[in-house]
Amino acid sequence: MTTKAEVLEVSVWRGSADGGALETFEVPARESQTVLDVVSWIQQFADPTLTYRYACRVGMCGSCAMMVNGTPRWTCRTHVQKVAEGNSLRIEPLRNLPVIKDLAADMDPFFDKWVEAEAVHHPTGTRHDPIAHVDADSGARQAADAGIECINCAVCYAACDTVAGNADYLGPAALQRAWTLLNDTRDGGGASILDAVSGGGGCHNCHSMGSCTQYCPNELDPMSAIAGLKRETVRRVFRRRRDA
Amino acid sequence: MLDFRLYMAQRLTALIMAPLVLGHIAVMIYAIQGGLSSAEILGRTQGSLFWLLFYGLFVLAVSIHAAIGIRVIVHEWAGLKGAALSALTWATGLGLLAMGARAVWAVTAA
Repeated sequence: MTTKAEVLEVSVWRGSADGGALETFEVPARESQTVLDVVSWIQQFADPTLTYRYACRVGMCGSCAMMVNGTPRWTCRTHVQKVAEGNSLRIEPLRNLPVIKDLAADMDPFFDKWVEAEAVHHPTGTRHDPIAHVDADSGARQAADAGIECINCAVCYAACDTVAGNADYLGPAALQRAWTLLNDTRDGGGASILDAVSGGGGCHNCHSMGSCTQYCPNELDPMSAIAGLKRETVRRVFRRRRDA
Repeated sequence: MLDFRLYMAQRLTALIMAPLVLGHIAVMIYAIQGGLSSAEILGRTQGSLFWLLFYGLFVLAVSIHAAIGIRVIVHEWAGLKGAALSALTWATGLGLLAMGARAVWAVTAA
């Protein structure tokens, strides 16, 4: 069954790191069609050279995020009917990241910043130790739980105006993961995490504009996680004073 | 660009400025309500250690706070970075401090 507008006018960004332009395709409109369906239709039936990225198609893998009519979205879970302006769609690669080709953004800077933020596990035990007890009701665990469902889709990174203006800024996703690890009793990297997020590109650059929280497709709240990091870095200074 | 040290300097100077701003506004309203002349105001501020410290601290806090704020705006909106950005930060801070200190001295020196 088709919708009222039988055909979608879809502008797709084509190009590479050297530059590019929008190219328009006419795509048959269908009921319950997702933006990823539209991109796939173009690649399968109109232009097989179109490059884009996806894997799971069900909102778990975080690989299909693109700009849709100027807004960063997970395309596999975004219905065309909810975001089309009239019968037109504009699909571009994620903002704030270099482009590899067409709709595939280069995710390297995004993931490099996760490592830079010490958003990596710092083990405290070995396989020979008993399984660590995690108190699900503790405040720290609940703070960690609030952020661990991140699928690394980089929608928040593309939405963030601070990233747009400040290339060194680590960004919401990396900082949120640093925050969840800081609150994880099994992670032994607390001090190095706080050091890593206190540098020139760290959490203190956040202006709390909230685009990350606004656009996160999993409805996470990186802005509050970053606020938590700011609070903990300040607390650490006063704790040091008291201990001295 | 805005590390922990600068972040703390800006937050702490904001804490200092908050009561000083309220005090400053209260004094302005009081001076106008009472119809004080410039000469009468200068008569009260000249030679006053209190007003020297009040506005001296205010000017110092503003210089630090504003220089860091300008630094952030210029970096994000104009792309200035590195040594040039640091130079602009220092120039803004020292410039405000010099102008402010001169004004404070002008009304409090005996």
